[in-house]
Amino acid sequence: MTVPAPRIQAWAYPRGPRGPAPRLAVGGLRRYPRAVSVVRLRNAVALAGRFPALAGLDLDVAPGEAVLLQGPNGAGKTTLLRVCAGLVPLHSGEARVLDHDLTRSADRRAVRRLVGLIGHASFLYDELTAWENTRFWARAAGVDDDSAQSALVRMGIEGRLRDLPVGSMSAGQKRRVSIAAVVARRPKLWLLDEPHAGLDQDGRDTVDQLVRDATAGGATVMVASHELERARAMAPRAITVAGGMVVADTAATAGSPGVSRLPGVANVG
Amino acid sequence: MWGEITLVTGKDLRIERRSRVGLTQIAPFAVTVLVLFGFALEGDSATLRTFTAGLFWVAVVFTAILAVQRSFTVESVNDNRDALRLSGLDPIAIFLGKAAALVIELLVLEVVLGCVVAVLYGGSVHSAGLLGLTAVVATIAVASAGTIYGVLAASLRVRETILPLLLLPVLAPVLIAATRAFEDALGEAAVNGWSWLVLLTLTAVVYTAFGALAFGTLLEES
Repeated sequence: MTVPAPRIQAWAYPRGPRGPAPRLAVGGLRRYPRAVSVVRLRNAVALAGRFPALAGLDLDVAPGEAVLLQGPNGAGKTTLLRVCAGLVPLHSGEARVLDHDLTRSADRRAVRRLVGLIGHASFLYDELTAWENTRFWARAAGVDDDSAQSALVRMGIEGRLRDLPVGSMSAGQKRRVSIAAVVARRPKLWLLDEPHAGLDQDGRDTVDQLVRDATAGGATVMVASHELERARAMAPRAITVAGGMVVADTAATAGSPGVSRLPGVANVG
Repeated sequence: MWGEITLVTGKDLRIERRSRVGLTQIAPFAVTVLVLFGFALEGDSATLRTFTAGLFWVAVVFTAILAVQRSFTVESVNDNRDALRLSGLDPIAIFLGKAAALVIELLVLEVVLGCVVAVLYGGSVHSAGLLGLTAVVATIAVASAGTIYGVLAASLRVRETILPLLLLPVLAPVLIAATRAFEDALGEAAVNGWSWLVLLTLTAVVYTAFGALAFGTLLEES
């Protein structure tokens, strides 16, 4: 099958699974000034029913940064990602994402076009093929079909697999399509909730490379994961969330202890 | 906006074509309803012809409930409702796109039902123009109301049972107006079908306008 050449943009992650690294067009970079946070939360409270899933959370994420969110089940990681995606409204506090005030419903809607969320669900239509799903979400975001095609190739969905209904795919294959649908949209802020779940070794490596390419291209990535070793390798900064609050903010690298950025909070390595 | 509407409509129609739920479940259900009406009225052809219009639209309304449920079930699976919210699509375009897909599905179904009615109940058409216009306008009203209440019920755990309860009262004016207009078109009653068509058109416009304005809020809040 002939694969159309992707248009290279800073956050388009155009490199194939084993293809050569592209020369990024610097003029096409969509970078934010370093002084402006892509994500800025202050005393953010978000409710899940009556339960405060976020209980006064403070967070700043700089442009081009890759941040690992870690913490026990029910700590508030998923809710934090959904708040940043504009899906969950704040009960109180402040939230600015990509210069949008998320306390305003119009801004919450506007920011969604700029973020890419990979959640626990696939966000795919089982009756449609991998190609139809990816193309639908790409077109919905105003992105051309070439991006959808490139994203599928990047995730290893090619040939017969491309035209297979998603409902008849394995969980890992669905996950790949799901990630491709997000890649195709070229988000400025990646919100990844357990992105490695269900993927084989090759798929996990591809996701890691995607994140590295994304940040290299100026996009920002927040990834919640329980696979700490792998996640730390791609996200130098680790934030520990517990009880709906940030309890530690650590610059961590694989194999080395981190440095707490919060006074009075223990390192999390 | 137009591109987004056709995108959503195309997606819904493609899903229905693939799943064949309309062909294998909804259409047989509609035909069964019409056959059962025939049995209930003891196959009396004169009585059946008298009530053809009403029986036809009751069957359409019942099947519309199934079609609406189906339309929003595909959005509930895999959290696609959240995906639609994240998509960046204009909520008005989502509403109009989903309603348009329902209109097309229901119109196809009505053609099938019309053939079944002609075979089972007999009768003749006196005003094809009135018949066709009534079918299109009433279907738009049914699809618009169905899309509004479909998204409202989709987030509820009891959506399968609550949807008919919510939708049927709202569709009552459509059922009455469409039946009267059809009776005139079939020459079964001495009523002015065109005036009922005007009422039907007003209803369709109100439902569609309300749906277009409210859908975004319903998608967010319900």
